Amino acid sequence: MQVTITVNGAVHSREIEPRLLLIHFLRDHLGLTGSHWGCDTSNCGACVVWLDQIPVKSCTVLAAMADGRAVRTVEDLEMKGAGEAGGGRLDPVQQGFAVCHGLQCGFCTPGMMMTARWLLDHHPAPTASQVREALSGQICRCTGYENIVRSVLWASTHPDGEAEATA
Amino acid sequence: MTQQPAAGAYGPVRRKEDARFIRGRGQFVDDIQLPGMLHGAILRSPLAHARVVSVDTAAALAHPRVEAVITGQDLAERGLSWMPTLSGDVQAVLATDKVRFQGQEVAFVVAQDRYSARDALELISVEYEELPCVVDAGRALDAGAPLIRDDLTGKSDNHIFDWQAGDKAATDAVFAAADVVVAQDLVYPRSHPAPLETCGAVADMDVISGKLTLWSTTQAPHAHRTIFALVSGLAEHKIRIISPDLGGGFGNKAPVYPGYICAIVGSMVTGKPVKWMEDRSENLMSTTFARDYRMHGEIAATADGRILGLRASVLADHGAFNGTAQPSKFPAGFFHIFTGSYDLEAAHCEVTGVYTNKAPGGVAYACSFRITEAVYLVERMVDLLARELSADPAELRMRNLLQPEQFPHRGPTGWEYDSGNYPRALQAALDIAGYPELRREQAERRERGEYMGIGISFFTEGVGAGPRGQMDMLGLAMTDGADLRVHPTGKAVLSVSCQSQGQGHETTFAQLVAEELGLSPDDVDVVHGDTDRTPFGLGTYGSRSTPVSGAAAVVVARKVRERAKLVAAAMLEVGPDDLTWQEGKWRVRGDPDQGHGIAEIAMAAHSGLELPDGVEGHLDAATVYNPPNLTFPFGAYICVTDVDPGTGEVRVRRFIAVDDCGVRINPMIVEGQIHGGLADGIGMALMQVIAFDENGNCLGGSFMDYLLPTSVECPSWELGMTVTPSPHHPVGAKGIGESATVGSPPAVVNSVIDALAPFGVRHADMPLTPAAVWGAIQGRPVRAGLLAP
Repeated sequence: MQVTITVNGAVHSREIEPRLLLIHFLRDHLGLTGSHWGCDTSNCGACVVWLDQIPVKSCTVLAAMADGRAVRTVEDLEMKGAGEAGGGRLDPVQQGFAVCHGLQCGFCTPGMMMTARWLLDHHPAPTASQVREALSGQICRCTGYENIVRSVLWASTHPDGEAEATA
Repeated sequence: MTQQPAAGAYGPVRRKEDARFIRGRGQFVDDIQLPGMLHGAILRSPLAHARVVSVDTAAALAHPRVEAVITGQDLAERGLSWMPTLSGDVQAVLATDKVRFQGQEVAFVVAQDRYSARDALELISVEYEELPCVVDAGRALDAGAPLIRDDLTGKSDNHIFDWQAGDKAATDAVFAAADVVVAQDLVYPRSHPAPLETCGAVADMDVISGKLTLWSTTQAPHAHRTIFALVSGLAEHKIRIISPDLGGGFGNKAPVYPGYICAIVGSMVTGKPVKWMEDRSENLMSTTFARDYRMHGEIAATADGRILGLRASVLADHGAFNGTAQPSKFPAGFFHIFTGSYDLEAAHCEVTGVYTNKAPGGVAYACSFRITEAVYLVERMVDLLARELSADPAELRMRNLLQPEQFPHRGPTGWEYDSGNYPRALQAALDIAGYPELRREQAERRERGEYMGIGISFFTEGVGAGPRGQMDMLGLAMTDGADLRVHPTGKAVLSVSCQSQGQGHETTFAQLVAEELGLSPDDVDVVHGDTDRTPFGLGTYGSRSTPVSGAAAVVVARKVRERAKLVAAAMLEVGPDDLTWQEGKWRVRGDPDQGHGIAEIAMAAHSGLELPDGVEGHLDAATVYNPPNLTFPFGAYICVTDVDPGTGEVRVRRFIAVDDCGVRINPMIVEGQIHGGLADGIGMALMQVIAFDENGNCLGGSFMDYLLPTSVECPSWELGMTVTPSPHHPVGAKGIGESATVGSPPAVVNSVIDALAPFGVRHADMPLTPAAVWGAIQGRPVRAGLLAP
């Protein structure tokens, strides 16, 4: 079947199998490998992307269900700048994860950041327990969550990021 | 080094790795796309024990997108149907005679895409003749138990090994004379490391050059290269293993798995690159599990609370193939460190390993080669003794801990602990917790019918395997190489044999070199995880990176510094003995303004400067580090829980962790590793178990059933630290990667049992799920990890 999906602002039309999962469409068909596959059962959240502005677990969404809709992935978090290399400006959530050591192996990180961005867009000043609640559908095996929570709280208190956006 | 350095290159430097990960630009195995790449999938046994009567692949081969189907018979024709394990056993790559656990590999399909490969698995028809199975390790040695390993010549039972440590007679004498002896059966149930990235590989066999490139999820790329050479007959220089970014490992990615071999054969057969990635169920059901120790512990003490001795006997379930990954002379890993942190007169342990119809493995999940099991045993036994003596568990520990002046300490089972100040660490934890106040609060709550628990554990680990005369894997010494190149402009590239699964080596190891050479960590790149670009070494597991590879990095940097000294002497027209290394430069004694840093010296070392005879020029150096001993990190943990007696639900309210891993190179990374291990401890103590039904069906085959802690089960960790440097590590560092996973489960269990004391509960086995806790309160303990108590 034919689908037309807007991913990170670019329109992609592809002939796909109806059973194709959105995560595989993104990774295998578009080469957007920032979103990861981790469990098949919607437990781990490594595959979280936005579908029409709402975080979803893309391992349990068919690509066909995204037809005519807009997907946002981790690759879109960094605000684009000029030039080949991007030269963009990191989202404060990305900066927070680097500043607060919110990642170790980095496998869960894209999904965590996409949920965190959504949280801060809707609740700009969450408490630590609200951050934990928001991320409770996702699993991290490295950090024990403490520094992920600190990272999101850092982003909430630095809505414009760091003066010098390094990472 | 005698203490934590105040300045220099050490400190909470932000990680170099993060720049790619926060942009979604990490490169994991499944991210690799090669031109013409095919996809593999494995057909697995639905049965725990069955004879394979026939495998019919005709329909699968007829699938229009299938390129090859490989069976055990196909591998047998190449001599590849069995492979050696890290414990000197063999494991089937694809079954030829029997399947011996549910999920065992039976056939491999190579297709043009991921989905077609899975479709074709459905088209393979396997006829099985089901056999009775052994699920309960306690029945494995029964007369008449089904024989699992009839492939082994002369094997007539399911026994693997008997092993012991310590002085049995002396221990028995201590027990006979003791005022108090407390005994307890303890189960450390089977769990699984469950890294978020499953295992997988991309194999690319270049038929022109004969070179195999294998991207794989391996924590030990060099050891794997040697194993593949030995198994496949490929020349070792024609094998390149690349371990790119790994999504966690925790020991799950130490072994060689059949899927890797299948991907290689698939590439050989098709002439194209082949990718194989497990799904989550395959990962949980077939790759290396952890623990599965049934232990009987006994502790002896005087009536006034002096601990005299420990005894343990253990039944170890190793599954269908003995695939445990530990130094080969230690079939029970380092379990014999079960004497813990105490000053004992004698100790003895004995371990029997058996085969069962379950997935192979056993040493994994940040266990420091079975120190998890050892620490759990001793720390539960000490708490049981405290209960028996009506003693406070903190005071009982404080009274019996080894004292600082007793180090180095040779324990009763042969370990030589390098350094420690245990009472200081325990006191630090008690202070952070506000221990007396917590006990007062607990007493008040009990008056009100509320069940609050306070659990303590004190652990000592031995990590950084290991000295070459004592420790090897498949005959390969556990030493690690390091190469350091310093370019003419003073920028350096360190190549190391260890490999990162998230530990931040690219940052920490750059800091190590920078500190030695007076450089910025930004000036040092760290290369790892590629056998063509790094020197040989045994990899990253057992908390060995900093103790072994980290030491190698320091030693090679010091070699470079010494080479630089000779060049600096020529530059300054003085003798080398006239120079002293000070504040990042070689300086003339008595005239410290005269001196050069590494960058200036590196340029001179590559220049036309005349050098004295015997001085080669350039600064590059290489080393191999053979650790003189393990390093012995330790710590004191306190867990505060609240238990709902109506539902059995446990809430972890606080967790205090004081760790001493010697000098901390990057304290931010160290604390992150501790956080992660503490979450593991909560998971193992309260949630995680890989259980089986009586037919050997795995009951923990997805994250719906194998429960992992999330952000809402974990408290905000409260960390403290002490620093007792290792006397033999070049910068005084000790391993830390597994400390919290090892030390935290007994603190959680001790806390829950403490909360349940008013119900007369003396012990309950992990995981302490609501059902298990509720059962314990009712006087009907549940053992979720076993068929029957």
